[in-house]
This record gives sequence, structure tokens and C-alpha cells, in this order.
Amino acid sequence: MSLWPAETQEMAKKLIGRYPDPKSAVMPLLYLAMRQDGYLTEAGMREVASWTGHTPAQVQSVATFYGMFKTERLGDYLVSVCTSISCMLLGGDEVLDAVEDETGVPHGETDAEGLFSVEHVECLGACGGAPAMQVNYELVEGSTPDQARSLCRWLREERPEAVNTDAMQEQFGGRRSFDWAITEDNSAVGPYPAFGPYGTLRRGDT
Amino acid sequence: MTENGSRIASPADLSARREQLIAEDVGIRRILVCSTGCLAIGAREVEAAFREGVAAADLQGEVQVVATGCHGLCAMAPVVVIEPNDVVYGRNRIKYVPDVIEQTVKSGEIIRRFCFGRDPEMAHLGDIPFYAHQTKAVLRNVGRVDPQQIDDAIQRGVYEAAGQVLTSMEPDEVVEEIIASGLRGRGGGGFPAGLKWKICKESPGSTTYLICNADEGDPGAFMDRALLEGDPHSVLEGMIIAAYALEAAKGFIYVRAEYPIAVEHIRIAIEQAHERGLLGPDILGSNFSLDIEVREGAGAFVCGEETAMIASLEGERGMARPKPPYPALRGYLGQPTIINNVETFANVPVIIGQGGVKFAESGTEGSKGTKIFALAGQVNNTGLVEVPMGATIREIVFDVGGGLPKKREFKAVQMGGPSGGCVPASYLDLPIDYDSLREVGAIMGSGGMIVMDETTCIVDIARYFISFCAEESCGLCAPCRFGTVRLKEILDRICGGRGTIDDLNDLERLAEVVQKTSLCGLGQTAPNPVLSTLRHFRDEYLAHVADRTCPAGVCTALLPEKEVATAAKEG
Repeated sequence: MSLWPAETQEMAKKLIGRYPDPKSAVMPLLYLAMRQDGYLTEAGMREVASWTGHTPAQVQSVATFYGMFKTERLGDYLVSVCTSISCMLLGGDEVLDAVEDETGVPHGETDAEGLFSVEHVECLGACGGAPAMQVNYELVEGSTPDQARSLCRWLREERPEAVNTDAMQEQFGGRRSFDWAITEDNSAVGPYPAFGPYGTLRRGDT
Repeated sequence: MTENGSRIASPADLSARREQLIAEDVGIRRILVCSTGCLAIGAREVEAAFREGVAAADLQGEVQVVATGCHGLCAMAPVVVIEPNDVVYGRNRIKYVPDVIEQTVKSGEIIRRFCFGRDPEMAHLGDIPFYAHQTKAVLRNVGRVDPQQIDDAIQRGVYEAAGQVLTSMEPDEVVEEIIASGLRGRGGGGFPAGLKWKICKESPGSTTYLICNADEGDPGAFMDRALLEGDPHSVLEGMIIAAYALEAAKGFIYVRAEYPIAVEHIRIAIEQAHERGLLGPDILGSNFSLDIEVREGAGAFVCGEETAMIASLEGERGMARPKPPYPALRGYLGQPTIINNVETFANVPVIIGQGGVKFAESGTEGSKGTKIFALAGQVNNTGLVEVPMGATIREIVFDVGGGLPKKREFKAVQMGGPSGGCVPASYLDLPIDYDSLREVGAIMGSGGMIVMDETTCIVDIARYFISFCAEESCGLCAPCRFGTVRLKEILDRICGGRGTIDDLNDLERLAEVVQKTSLCGLGQTAPNPVLSTLRHFRDEYLAHVADRTCPAGVCTALLPEKEVATAAKEG
């Protein structure tokens, strides 16, 4: 018996149907489970195992291999600061310091309140706008440490339900790698990457 | 005539659609206002003023005001580009708008005082050094099309090469064309793409799979992101052509989950291509069918290595597997599988469009065509730069990149990410291609170029890259799992002021062991940044261990106390 609601089960079937072998769908299903429970719970990983034909231990081994599968509950806002080479040369470490100081959360941790999780990450492919950071995987480029502080303060005070690249960039960003002048609004509503098929809401859906 | 949104039944239908789209657009000119870096200096107000001005002059039917991406000319912000001739004006102010509309938009006159350096020779986008030194082939549509509109792509001729291939070429002929072009894999390996396809075609198996490697993880590289976000249809077109040549019926795009916009754009592109009959069954009436799935990674750098990517796609931990057998022989689910990088696929329609032999005329002896470099770090114009293979580092960093900020001294450029090396100033005039870079201890890699000035400590950079590899090692083989950590410890010691001369020898010896005995590319190339810096910047290492100083003033443990205090204050 599946623990998932009918809608999530439908999605699971659809995702599995995309591959010649159900085992191949383990990563998409892990994203689905993460969206379902907020993070990867043991029950969620067992559920993925039952759908894919892996053992629960195999699923856990996959889940813990990849940095973006989170097996602990995160804050509402996951702030990921790039400290990779291009950002390091242009002040990424200072941005991380500012974020840690403003939120009171050292990298790799979540505050008691469940508001912020902070992490430092490898290259976000935004070197043209270094230093770069993401909030719930929505990109903000070219921020000074002060702008990063303001961004954190804004998150704490406004508690936006959804965050989106364009809006954050305009308020708290600087130089940007590229901008496609897209009219459609996309926003992330939780500390997960905003992919349509895994049940993550985009602003257009709400 | 093809209706908007309907299925395109044949290449002739595709051409008709393209002509129709071009006809609909005749007379529409655009005013492109940079909406990125220029925002801070009033671009939004300038954009609004242009909108008002266009309305006041009653030009709405002919002129559109569009906010666009960065033109790479931030020093002249806010920048405005006016079609059809791409007249470019810098330092725009609201009060200039009426003159620009009256004289340039309406009458096509150049206003000298708004030109760069008030120089009418610089009146057009193509005259500006950042553009004049580039050859936009693979990037030809990026920034020019709305990536969410397939019609924009069709209007620019995307899918025409696919139409030509599907209806007038045999699969083997396509492979021969790619072989003739001399195209080498753009992901870093540089293996001849056509040869790889040929090996795959000759491999036994019931199904052939095609994988687009969009797991761009090299620190400093972002060209794949730009292609997927900015021109996803050209990547799909390359995959369609490859799938036809290889007789594959299923393709995957394995893309980093850290790139949500790339994921979104490629998904939209696939959906729209399906609606138009450019993917799915019977593409362009050719009987050839192809489905493409997008697969998001989850933050593991090693999955960019092809055998690790296959393991990941199969639902395993992303750990490398011994080669041979190469994926072309036994890949996804044990079947012949071709994995090519995004930029490699994006080159394919260019090759078909002009012919392999013609393509091979550009570039150098062993490296054909153009290469997209991601220019980052301490350089004035960061961004993507596409130049023919064989361009020199000086041309890219100084002519296109505008040199270093604050007139600082060029120290080195790190090429090829964590698998590459630091190239010092003495090689500024080195023509860059796959082979020349290897000779100086770097690699082409995916094309990341990180510029460093004299305030960068080379030992610290080597330490960064080795920490990266230690962090990202999948842990399967011992040389990589332990070796990278031990290398990092030695470098930590040197940067921490506790290094000895013996450490340098140990570094060299251990680096060679890791290089020679690791299972996959990650471990085999992880020591490159250490070895290349030891080779070109040995004096700087010696300063750290023998003189106990950090010449760049970065390693705080090696600075006199006074300087530490200053550095802390400045930082």
C-alpha cells in the first residue's frame, strides 16, 4: 500500500513510464518524495524502493550520494552561497560570511526556528555575475555582502511564500551572467528546485 | 500555409513556415535596452522613456522596445541597441531619448555624440571590440531568440539542418559528415565525435541510446547553461541529427538540477517540438521517431563523467565504472550509448548547414571550428566568448575581455576547471586548441577561463581545486579517494605556513600516482592544477615553504601581523 496520495502516485507512475527500467526512475522519485514530505524521510525512501524495485538500502545509498537530496528537514529558505573559484576571486567567501552572520546559521546547518538553512556550494554556472547565490535554488548574482544581508533580512521580515530570480535580482543583485528577458514568472515555493513534474509549484500554477 | 502551432509535415512545410514568420516580422524593428548590469544606472527609466517616445511618435506598429540580456559593455551602461543595423549607444539618459527616436529610429542617422568614445566608427554592435573579435556560430541565436518560442527558432532557421538530414541523407552519410568536420567533443575529452558515433554504430545491441551531457559542473564553465537557457532548440536539433545517424529512438538530457531555468526551457522546447512534429513519431514526415527525456541531476560533479552518468541514469550512486568497455559499446542498460556534451550537439546543425569539409576549414590543424569560452574571474568583460580554435589567450582576455580591472597585472589564467591547469603570462600568445593546451599542462576542458591577477595566490588556487576534487570524488577507487585528501593536507600545510621543501617533492610524487592510477577522469586529472602550478609557479611555492611568505598576500598565516590586520580590515 502506498503512503502517497493518489495524485503523487499518478506522478510516480508517469515518471517510471519514461524509462525502459523502473530502477532508472529512482532519482526523479526521490525528488517527488522530497516534495511530498519536505525532505527525504525513511518512509519516503522505502516508498521509492517499493516503486522502483530497489531495496530501501539501495535507495538510501543513492539519496545520500547526491548533495541535493536532503535527508534532514530544511528551513523555509535554503540559502546556497557559491564559494567556487570565480566567486572566491570576487568575494564569495565574504558573501557567505555575511549570510552566516545575518542569519546566525553556520553553513551546513538549519536554525532552530526552521527559517533558514545555509550551505556553501560549488559552481552554480553563474561566473559571469560572480559572486552568486541561490535561495531555494533561485539564482541571485553579483550581490555584495551588504546586499546579501539585506536579502536575508527581507526573507526574515517578509517571509515570502515564493521566491523568484527576477524579483530578488532586481532588489539584491548586481551584474548578471545573462538574462533572457522572459515574461513568464517562475518561483520556488520551498527549499527544493522548482521543477514542474515533481509537484513543485510555479507561480503560474498557483 | 502552416497554421500557428500546428504540426509541420515536411522540410518544405518547415521552410514555408520560416518564410511566413520572416514575412510577418518585416518592418518590425526593436530597440534593445540592456536590463541587467545597467539596471543600477537607470536602464529601467531609459526603457520606459523609449516606450513613451515610441508611443508618442506613433511607431508602435513598427518598433518594439525590448529589455534584453547584458551586452557585455557594462562600462558604457546603460546600453541601447537599435535594429535593424544594431546601432549601439552608451551612457543613455532619458533626455537623449527624443533625439534617438527622431534621428536614429526614424531616419537611421547615427548620432555621433552618443557613440562609444564619440567615435562614429564604433556606431554598430559589430564594431565594439567585445563583439568584433568573436565568431558567433554556435551562439548565433543566443540572446537573439525568445527561448520559450519555437517560432523564433524556426524563423532563425533552426531545424532546417535536421530536415535536410532526415529526408535526403543516409545515417552513415551523416556520420561521415561529422568525421569530415573534425569535430571534437566539447565537454573536455576532445575525442573525435564522428569516430565515437561510428564505433557506436558498429557495436552490437538491440537499442541505441543517446545522452546529452548537460551536467556542467566544472567551476568556471557556464556555456552549456547559456545554450540550454538561450537556444534550447538548437541543442534538440543536434540531438535529432545524432539520433538519426545512430538510429537511436530514445534520448536523455542529463542536466544539473542547479539550473532550474535550463531545465524549464529545455522542457518547454521539447513540448513545443512535439506539438510541431519535430520530436515524437514520424519527424517531418520522414518515418524517423525520437523521444527525449530530461533528467535532472542532484548535485554530484562526478556524474559529468560518462560512466558515472550512466550509473546515475540507471538509478545507482553516480560512481564511475572501468573503461573499456566504453559507453559507445556498452552503456545505458548495457546497450550502445552515445554521450555528447551540449556544445557538441549544438555544433552538429552548424556542420550539417555548411558541410563538414567547410567546417574543417576553420580552426587549427587538430581542432576545428569555434569554441565557446566562459570568461570569468578578474577580467573586465566577463561572459561567454566564442572564437575560432587557435585564438590566443591575449586575444580572448585583452581584446574581447577588455583586460583586467584596476589596471592590475595579468598573472595566470586557469583553463579547463579542476582537470586543467594555470597558464602563466608567458603563454599569452599561445594559440589555444586541444593540443597546445595539453603541452603547457592545462586542458581545453569545457572551456572555462578564469583570469587571475597578481593579488591571487597560486598555491591557494591549487588548494581550492584539490579540495574541490576531494569533496567531489565518488569514493570508489583509493587513489582518488585518499590521494586527493592527502594532496589537500599538504597544500593546507603550505598555505598555513608549516610547509617544507620535502612537501613539494611529496606533492609531485603523490600527484603523479593519483594521475596514473585513478579509475576515471576525475581522479586522473585532479592533480593537474597542482602539477601545472608547480611547473609554472615553483618560485611561489618556494616562497611559501622556504621564505615563509605569500607573495600575493593571501595566505594569512604567512603575512606579517600588520598586514594581516590590514587585510582583515580591507576584507
